[in-house]
Amino acid sequence: MSEQNKYLLKLYITGHTPRSEQAILNLRRICEEDLSGHYEMTVIDVLEHPGLAEDEKILATPTLIKALPPPLRRIIGDLSNTDKVLLGLDLQPVRR
Amino acid sequence: MEAQPTQTPVAKLATGIEGFDLIAQGGLPEGRTTLVAGTAGSAKTVFAAQFLAEGIVRQKEPGVFVTFEEPPADIRRNMLSMAWNIAQWEKEGRWAFVDASPMPGLEQIEAGDFDLGALLARIEHAIHKVAAKRVSIDSLGAVFSQFTNSSMVREELRRLGAALRGMGVTVVMTAERTQEYGEIARFGVEEFVADNVVILRNVLEDEKRRRTVEILKFRGTTHQKGEYPFTVLPDSGIVVIPLSAIELKQRSSDRRVSSGNSELDRLCGGGFFQDSLILVSGATGCGKTLMTAEFIAASISQGERCLLFAYEESREQLFRNARGWGYDFRKFEQEGLLRVVCAYPETAGLEDHLIRIKSEIDAFKPRRMAVDSVSALERVSTSRGFREFIISLASFVKQQEIPGLFTATTANLMGGPSITESHFSSITDTIILLRYVEMLGEMRRGVTVLKMRGSMHEKDIREFTIDDKGMHIGKPFRNIIGILTGRPEFISTGEMERVGRLFKD
Repeated sequence: MSEQNKYLLKLYITGHTPRSEQAILNLRRICEEDLSGHYEMTVIDVLEHPGLAEDEKILATPTLIKALPPPLRRIIGDLSNTDKVLLGLDLQPVRR
Repeated sequence: MEAQPTQTPVAKLATGIEGFDLIAQGGLPEGRTTLVAGTAGSAKTVFAAQFLAEGIVRQKEPGVFVTFEEPPADIRRNMLSMAWNIAQWEKEGRWAFVDASPMPGLEQIEAGDFDLGALLARIEHAIHKVAAKRVSIDSLGAVFSQFTNSSMVREELRRLGAALRGMGVTVVMTAERTQEYGEIARFGVEEFVADNVVILRNVLEDEKRRRTVEILKFRGTTHQKGEYPFTVLPDSGIVVIPLSAIELKQRSSDRRVSSGNSELDRLCGGGFFQDSLILVSGATGCGKTLMTAEFIAASISQGERCLLFAYEESREQLFRNARGWGYDFRKFEQEGLLRVVCAYPETAGLEDHLIRIKSEIDAFKPRRMAVDSVSALERVSTSRGFREFIISLASFVKQQEIPGLFTATTANLMGGPSITESHFSSITDTIILLRYVEMLGEMRRGVTVLKMRGSMHEKDIREFTIDDKGMHIGKPFRNIIGILTGRPEFISTGEMERVGRLFKD
C-alpha cells in the first residue's frame, strides 16, 4: 500500500463512555488487521471540541469519518459490525 | 410523572408573535418545551424562526435554531423577506444555528450502536455560546428520517428534552402532521417531548385556504381554547387574530353625532351614538354609498378625521359619485381630514384585509370610519371565516370608541336579508334598511330604522329621493304593506281604516 493510499480517519466520540471505548478498540483492531499500519487515526471528543463537531455537522456518536482516500464517507456506531466498517472503508471483508 | 418541587405556577414567556400571546394568555410556558405541530406548508418553520426573532428584537433574548430540515443558508434567505436579518444577529452573537440538516450525497453507514450525543453536545454548546433564552428545533420528523432506529431517536429526544429543561430555556419543537384533523404528530412525538402542544392548520375549505392556530394543551396553566385564524404577512410574519379573546370592555357613550342627514338623525332619535356600529343594508344602487358620503361629510364639517374603506368602487368612481352629490373627496384628503383606502377584495385574504384595516386605523386615528361595503368581502372567504372577520372587525372598531358605518348589499333587489346582516345584526347598535319599493310601475325608495340600541327611534318606513344635493327623506309609505319582505301590496283607504279600528278598545 503506497503512501498516497494512506487512510486518514477521524473518530468522533462523546466522552469516555463504554460505547466510545468500544468504538476505539474496534477501530484499532480493524486498522491493524486490514490496513496493516497504513493509517492515521484521530479521536475527537465532542464534549471537549463541540465546535469541531459543529463544523463537521456530526449528529451521532461514535462517528467515523474516512477523510482519505476519497470518497469521503461516514460510518456511525460503535463499529462492532466489522463487515459494514470494511464496506465503508472500501475494503473486502477478509474471511478469518 | 415527576413531582413539582414547589407550588409556584407556571410562568409564561411572551413570544412576541402578534395575537398569539393573547390566546396563550401571556405566552408559552417558560422554561418548558412546546410542540408546534402542523401539516406541510402550515408555517411551522416561520413560527419557529419568529419565536427567536421576536425574542431578539423585543426582549433582547438570544436564541438557538436547530435545523434538521432546511440548511441555515435557506433559512437566512427565506426570513430576510420578513425583515429578520439573521446573518447580522449571528455576527452579533444573538442567534446561533445548529445545522443538522441532511447532507446530500453523503453516504452514511450504520455499523453498530450509537446515540445522538454529538447533537446534544452541539446544542448545549450553542446555548452557552450565545447565552440563549429561547431554542427552536425544526423539525422532529426530519430527525427520524435520518436514522433507521426510531426507538433510539425517541430515547435521545427525551434525553434532549430533559437537558433543555435543566438549562431553563424555553423551547419550540416543530413536528409534522399528515392530516389536519387526526393524530397530533407523526412518530407519536407528543408522547415524549412536550407537555404543551400548539397546532397550526392550513385547511382547504370551499377552494380557499384558511390558516388557524389552536393551543391544544398547556400543562399546569391556562390558555384560550379553539381555533383562531392567522395569516403570514411578508413584513411581519405570523399575525394571529384573537377574535373572542378580545376583551369587551368598551364604555358606552350618550354623546350623539350627526349621520350627515338631519332627517335621518331625527329618525334615529337625535343622531348616532358616538361609539356605535351602524349597519346600512340595501340592494345595489339604492343609496348606501350616498349615506356613507353624508356620514363622512358630517365628520369633516366638524374638522374631524374620517377613514373610508371602499371595496366596491375604484377611487375615481367613488370621487366622481361624491362630486355628483356635492362632496369634494379630493379636497378633503388634501386637507388631511379624509383617507380613502380602495382595495379590490380578491387582492388579499380576509385576514390580511382585517390586519390592513386595523393598521390603517392605528396610523390615521380617525374620529369616524366607514366600510363600503362589508359584503363585498364575503366573496373572498368561507362563511365561517367571514363570520369571524365581522366579529373581529366590529370589536376592534368598538374599542376605538368611534362611530363605524358599515354597508351591506342585499342579494335581492327588493329585500330580504344578506349574509352580512345575519352575522352583523346582533353586534351592531343601529340597523338602517334601504329598500326599493315598486309602486304603480315606478321604482321608489324607502328607508327605515330597524334598530337603535339605547334610544327611541321612528318605526315608519319613509320614502326618500336622491338628487344633486343628496338624500331627502319624505313621508311614510302609508297604504302599502310588505316592503321589507320585498312584496309590496297596496291596501285601500277603506281597509286601512278597518284595520285601524281593530286595535282600538
